[in-house]
Amino acid sequence: MSFINYASREINCKIVYYGPGLCGKTTNLQFVYQKTATEAKGKMISLATETERTLFFDFLPLALGEIRGFKTRFHLYTVPGQVFYDASRKLILKGVDGVVFVADSQEERMEANIESVENLRFNLQEQGYDLDKIPYVIQYNKRDLPNIVSVEELRRELNPTGVPDFEACAATGEGVFETLKAIAKQILLELKKGK
Amino acid sequence: MSNPQLVMYDEEFKQINAVIEKLLREANAKVIFLVDKNGQLISGVGETERFDTTSLASLTAGNIAATGGLAKLIGEKEFSILFHEGEKDNLHISIVGGRVILVVLFDTRSSLGLVRLRVKKASDELTAIFARLLQKAEEKEKSGESDFPFAEITDDDIDNLFS
Ligand SMILES: Nc1nc2c(ncn2[C@@H]2O[C@H](COP(=O)(O)OP(=O)(O)O)[C@@H](O)[C@H]2O)c(=O)[nH]1
Ligand SMILES: [Mg+2]
Repeated sequence: MSFINYASREINCKIVYYGPGLCGKTTNLQFVYQKTATEAKGKMISLATETERTLFFDFLPLALGEIRGFKTRFHLYTVPGQVFYDASRKLILKGVDGVVFVADSQEERMEANIESVENLRFNLQEQGYDLDKIPYVIQYNKRDLPNIVSVEELRRELNPTGVPDFEACAATGEGVFETLKAIAKQILLELKKGK
Repeated sequence: MSNPQLVMYDEEFKQINAVIEKLLREANAKVIFLVDKNGQLISGVGETERFDTTSLASLTAGNIAATGGLAKLIGEKEFSILFHEGEKDNLHISIVGGRVILVVLFDTRSSLGLVRLRVKKASDELTAIFARLLQKAEEKEKSGESDFPFAEITDDDIDNLFS
């Protein structure tokens, strides 16, 4: 839920990166962090286990600039992907303005992708959101690997409603900003029509 | 949707800051923050420049969310007060009016008893201000009156953010 502060002329929005374990959510945020000018970003926080698996969330605040005299901030969060962290995922979805679903393009992760989208829809519903009504984009990640599913098939399985989708290789950064830009745009347009 | 959007106006912002400034003095605290339950910083007073306020806000909200989850598991609605004791500095975290988090950082110049007492009084005042704020936002929405700056936003405006 975005926060509009007329006193300090700021607007804050929350974006959540969702997807199965190891699909590349944290890598997306790390790339955005690396490529963003120091003055435009805050500290990136990762609440991770010793083996760098996300335990609770990653958090990256971005202050991209001004629109119509309002400082526009995006708070990027990732969820822990493993099935047993479902309670944490629900908490992180609270107050979300837009969701990026990061899919793992590898054949052996197809089921995990499908399960994760269903879990996303269900957890959003619990919070009173409808995945078909909120800003939502999909990223097909790990396009650099050999054993990947075709984009057509990924689309058929994961994107039946035809939301904006992007191929990516988060490890090199390909597609990362395109994805972020697309979700930011949807959120801002939603704000525009919502008021 | 589950929560109405949080909107802040000049008038209430000043009132809120006056309340937490007073709390800062009366509780002998070092810093006080107000954070939205979704992790967004609303305001801060005291030695704020010594802290990474954005991170603090996000982690506080995560903390409240996690303990709220714990509370539900044991059949409580939520834990409305959390206290973290450090070697030098302590954090007193409480929920105000159901949706805002009040964070008081204090050291040995104050005490938990004093902080609790003063927070209680300040909470009532803050609850009233946030209730007015919500009402105001709703009225503005109903009457269709909006000083919302994004109504005329264009694709170019958005593209420029990423240039
Ligand atoms: N080959 C390849 N590996 C990737 C890509 N994106 C992420 N990875 C790797 O996949 C692993 C899991 O990534 P991580 O971001 O931690 O996944 P998360 O669980 O979704 O946060 C790491 O070893 C990454 O380096 C990609 O586009 N291509
Ligand atoms: Mg991760």
